Amino acid sequence: MEIKKTSLYQLHQNSKAKFVEFAGYQMPIQYPEGIVEEHKFTRNHSGIFDVSHMGQLFIYGDDNLIEDLEKIFPLNLKNLKLNHSKYSFLMNDEAGIYDDLIITKIEKGFLIILNAACKKNDFKILSRLLNNKYEMLLDNERSLIAIQGPKSVQILSDTINGVENLSFMSGNWFFFQEQKIYITRSGYTGEDGFEISLPNNCAENFTKKLIEKGAKLIGLGARDTLRLEAGLCLYGHELDKDKTPVEANLKWAISKDRISKGNFIGSNIINKQLTDGVSKIRVGIKPEGRIIAREKTKIFNQSDLHIGEITSGTFGPSVNGPVAMGYVENEFSKKNTKIFLEVRGKKHPANICGLPFYKKSYVKGANK
Amino acid sequence: MSDVKFSKEHEWITLEDDIATIGITKHATEMLGDIVFAELPEKGASVEKDGTAGVVESTKAASDVYTPISGEVVDTNQSIVDDPSKINEDPEGSAWFFKLKMKDKAELDSLMNKEEYDKFAKESAS
Repeated sequence: MEIKKTSLYQLHQNSKAKFVEFAGYQMPIQYPEGIVEEHKFTRNHSGIFDVSHMGQLFIYGDDNLIEDLEKIFPLNLKNLKLNHSKYSFLMNDEAGIYDDLIITKIEKGFLIILNAACKKNDFKILSRLLNNKYEMLLDNERSLIAIQGPKSVQILSDTINGVENLSFMSGNWFFFQEQKIYITRSGYTGEDGFEISLPNNCAENFTKKLIEKGAKLIGLGARDTLRLEAGLCLYGHELDKDKTPVEANLKWAISKDRISKGNFIGSNIINKQLTDGVSKIRVGIKPEGRIIAREKTKIFNQSDLHIGEITSGTFGPSVNGPVAMGYVENEFSKKNTKIFLEVRGKKHPANICGLPFYKKSYVKGANK
Repeated sequence: MSDVKFSKEHEWITLEDDIATIGITKHATEMLGDIVFAELPEKGASVEKDGTAGVVESTKAASDVYTPISGEVVDTNQSIVDDPSKINEDPEGSAWFFKLKMKDKAELDSLMNKEEYDKFAKESAS
């Protein structure tokens, strides 16, 4: 299968990106300044991320669509206001997660942002669940650009007037060079920022405008260290078909009024887990020294019993130390529980800790 | 100071009497990216040519550090353990990894000189 390229490929190449194949796309992992500098620049200034490999699924329909989607997602979609977004999951009957996603109410339907590696399968599952009753478009003609960091609002509003009025997890249509673009105030770094869905043919011009104003291209490497410091899950690591939203410690994302009534895919399991508890749960993990415990590192308790596994681990440039997330048996999930991580045959001390590692600075108050 | 020699595993080595100083090359640091963790051999340990003698980790992955010659570890550079970013800043100078009391001088013969290594690095990178 041919490796796909995004509309910004040439721009990445001109910026001397190192590329990596990710979910069938040739994506920039880093630029010459390197992951640590890119990470810090995003935290202190403004970073641009090409996330065009992610799926942009538009579904159009009437009130029946809302009814049908509520049978799939554990959300109160009837009350979701126009241009507001929610984090959610596509689950199987056992509440195992097929994908995690952001769903936004738009005119006449919804826009769902899906993970690159899952988008084709998601489309199949959703088409089947919705019996092909609605117009569904997994749009390859649009790019997705994120701009993240404290200077992003100023940089983006210089080009697109009005984005400063968006509040966190809401969006709207704007115009760029007479083309319709959809912007939400959201992201995956723990910083204030925006995600911009725009036609492929203007993606490069748009990105160049942001670079002119002082933002810099940031690769997938720093995207990973940023999201990990922010305590955010990555599909295929913290989340997969064998883990439920309750086990992933994401029950906040399930609408409360949907739990009691159930009637969505996986609701029986979710209900049972919320009542009876879970045997394993996602936690934050802070190694005591400088040792980096990466994915699949085994976790032991103080009696040397194997109690879990790391799902993501790296060096956090803003924390200036190693950070990790993983799953442990529920009884060892309390904050400050001492654990041991087996790296290269030796056991290194670490502690269960709260998330995020780095405090989020989302803009919740709308400037409206 | 004697000439610098290089290994195919991207270590450099210099010799003063029978004490060898070993580190990783600039080319190696460029391939690794930002180094955020370093682990060195124990002082007094015996290491064998081409055996593992340490670990470096970048934000992306862990890589073994090999020793290009055999010998006994007589000194290690704690400053790169405390601040691994020094390895990116000055890999072929102040950010040396460890010093060995050399066992067999003949082991140096299989190593490359600067010109040979530069050519090797260029070819292995492309």
